[in-house]
Amino acid sequence: MKTQMNNITAQNPSRRQFLKDSAALMGGLVIGFYLPMKGGRAYAAEAQPQPKPVYPPNAFIRIAPDDSITIVVNKSEMGQGVYTSLPMLIAEELEADWSRISVESAPVAAVYNHTAFGMQMTGGSTSVTSSWEQLRRVGASGRIMLIRAAAQQWGVPESECHAENSQVIHANSGKKLSYGKLADAAARLPLPDNVALKSPKDFKIIGKPTKRLDTPAKINGSAQFGLDIYLPGMLTVVIARSPVFGGKVKSFDATEARKVAGVQGVYQVPTGIAVAATGFWPAKTARDLLEIEWDEGPGAALSTPKMRAEFLALAKTPGAVARKDGDTVQGFKMAHKSISAEYEIPYLAHAAMEPLNVVVDLKPDHCSIWTGTQMQTVDAMMAAKTAGLKPEQVEIHTTFLGGGFGRRANPRSDFVIEAVQVAMAVGQPVKVVWTREDDMRGGNYRPMWADHIEAGIARNGKPLAWKHTLVGQSIIADTPFAAFLIQNGIDVTSVEGAATLPYMIPNLQIELHSPENAVPVQWWRSVGHSHTAFVVETMIDELAHLSGKDPVAYRLGILPADSRYRGVLKLAADKADWGKKKLAAGHAYGVAVHKSFDSYVAEIAEVSLENGKIRMHRVVAAVDCGMVINPDGIHQQIESAIVYGLSAALHGAITLENGRVMQSNFHDYAPLRFSEMPRVEVHIVASSEVPTGIGEPGVPPIAPAVANAVFKLTGKRLRRMPFDQESFA
Amino acid sequence: MITLTINGTRTKVDTDPGTPLLWVLRDHLQLTGTKYGCGIAQCGACTVHLDGRAVRSCVTPVSMASGKQVTTIEGLAETALGKTVQAAWQEVDVPQCGYCQSGQIMAATALLKENPHPSESQISAAMDGILCRCGTYNRIRSAIQKAAGQKGGAV
Repeated sequence: MKTQMNNITAQNPSRRQFLKDSAALMGGLVIGFYLPMKGGRAYAAEAQPQPKPVYPPNAFIRIAPDDSITIVVNKSEMGQGVYTSLPMLIAEELEADWSRISVESAPVAAVYNHTAFGMQMTGGSTSVTSSWEQLRRVGASGRIMLIRAAAQQWGVPESECHAENSQVIHANSGKKLSYGKLADAAARLPLPDNVALKSPKDFKIIGKPTKRLDTPAKINGSAQFGLDIYLPGMLTVVIARSPVFGGKVKSFDATEARKVAGVQGVYQVPTGIAVAATGFWPAKTARDLLEIEWDEGPGAALSTPKMRAEFLALAKTPGAVARKDGDTVQGFKMAHKSISAEYEIPYLAHAAMEPLNVVVDLKPDHCSIWTGTQMQTVDAMMAAKTAGLKPEQVEIHTTFLGGGFGRRANPRSDFVIEAVQVAMAVGQPVKVVWTREDDMRGGNYRPMWADHIEAGIARNGKPLAWKHTLVGQSIIADTPFAAFLIQNGIDVTSVEGAATLPYMIPNLQIELHSPENAVPVQWWRSVGHSHTAFVVETMIDELAHLSGKDPVAYRLGILPADSRYRGVLKLAADKADWGKKKLAAGHAYGVAVHKSFDSYVAEIAEVSLENGKIRMHRVVAAVDCGMVINPDGIHQQIESAIVYGLSAALHGAITLENGRVMQSNFHDYAPLRFSEMPRVEVHIVASSEVPTGIGEPGVPPIAPAVANAVFKLTGKRLRRMPFDQESFA
Repeated sequence: MITLTINGTRTKVDTDPGTPLLWVLRDHLQLTGTKYGCGIAQCGACTVHLDGRAVRSCVTPVSMASGKQVTTIEGLAETALGKTVQAAWQEVDVPQCGYCQSGQIMAATALLKENPHPSESQISAAMDGILCRCGTYNRIRSAIQKAAGQKGGAV
């Protein structure tokens, strides 16, 4: 992927001037005023009237004289396919020749802000849904300007011209001009006022299976990730950070470290001791030779068994009320049968394949940063503040991300701030590299949770009362998102999927405790849903069993008649031959359904036990994510989410002893391997609704689907994650 | 000075003989297609070929590569088999984030060189050491079967 930002078509005005103007139009960081809608994840600018944002096509589209088209993508490509799906939105309305499209990552500028979050970032499975209108309008505006330029040149009415396959055609005369020949004149025209968008029935690109544009670079080694950036005179830096969260350096001795050939300097930085060397190997070798005495602070008292006991005790006490329907006390009195259960869910590391890294070239009046980040605006502001520069003096080059999963959207910009601090200390260009162990032990985990659910059913089996108490740290507290994601003391990401469960339960109460401790926590692919789907969907399965009903039929019986959950549940059941298929001896199906990021996913897992361990065979998934942009992309993301969710469900846990993280690398924090991989089938519900999230929604249902299958096999309920701590011998 | 032959080209590198081959490729020669993932031979992102066999370059001292043919992802297309594997990868559209894919492709090519028609369990055994957090395993299996001229299984 090319990364140069040279200007080809937009000679008037210049790209730089244009970006400046756009920044003035769009205003600065305005995340404070976007409000969540319906407690879900769709955010909209509805707090107060805002000037209507203008998205000039030349911020997103560059057409070269040879008819090649470069689409500037303002979202980070971390595997989820935005370098393909977002160009498809533009190309559809632009009437572009898809075979001539290439992609470039956007610089940091207000015009590239997320249309709902008001800053440049990638997250919340919102890339397509937030760009759906915007980028189609960008493409359509470009098409109108190209047609106008051609009509003016030919002296014919615009209405007699149309565009197709990167050409403007005047049918009456048979005249044709390619976009490459028109781009220069088109770029000088004013933006069109009225932009009509195509009807979906006329789509030529949207909805068609489309190969990823980034595949060629990713199979020949040329794709550039952050770790692949090399600048002249650059040193590689590896840092010794506190073994305990919140610890500080008391004293250190670098005598042995300095003896390593290639070491250029050892520096104390706010996060620890940084070793700068001519390459990674000497830097890492020397780092490991540092002798450091740490002032560990209160974080040293943290141990998982003790924390778990405290969380479980809290789960039985009243918390902040996130939702209250009816009267649960009365509901339980009237219940025919009641059950209760407690759940233990561990911290999880994101463990992207590419460990964190940042390249910084800091000059007195400028800072250039190369990194795979999901949060450009905040990173640029934080880097500027750290270096004593203005935000416009910071430039971020977004490389490919070797996985993100939320870790590279750190609302505190932890890895970027640290790298700028290192650059300030070292005084020459630096690449800060986290080893796998640094990355694994670096915190910013999916929070640990303890949940307690009590549920009662009526004589007819339907749920009558449901009380769910959740205990876990807030991800949002003390971040710029707190203003709109913490409502009445409730972090909405903590209870998403629990407070929003879809089943008809007349007496329902959801309560939350948000204890604080030194472990930094962060969103992890599917955020709160990553744990709430597990507890809700396994408990619903218990209620189905308690009432003697089939798990699919039971769910359909307690979902509202117009619920979109029903469509995916029925489709998955149908495709899996639920209740009809004779499975191999020792195999069982388990089902779960969940909505997250406004998309609905049902998964049916076929599971057996082998040598006392869970063996995955097949997963049948059905998804309703509204209108489909790229069906191939949907298949990829559901496959991916199932693997990510299975890694956590079967093996994933970060634990602490005396404040120290016990896991370090892939031998003791084990992602799913090739031999453990089930077959995956993905089925899509046809829909004309607005497109919704796809990167994350496949994760939540897999853990409960597996747990429910294991119950079917063994009669044993899994209420602790990961499942590999259980033995079924 | 250590003399290496990388993708058919002889190169001299001034480094400690204990330096892992991975860091010589990346930091000395800027052959950045070979990736760092774990440093302890757990993830396979650093897989290259030494005399045609797949090795983990993160735990292979550069001195062990001396006198042998080193092939990295950048040189893979110079062999017919390498080209076939990359074409299969393209056809199945395997990568997502892409970070592990050099290692996956190098491991798959080494497998097919030794065993042109691997069974599913042989593919599984050969690929089990190469992690992918995006979960492209089923597409990898399909691509290997395609490259082997076999009917690819369902993804």
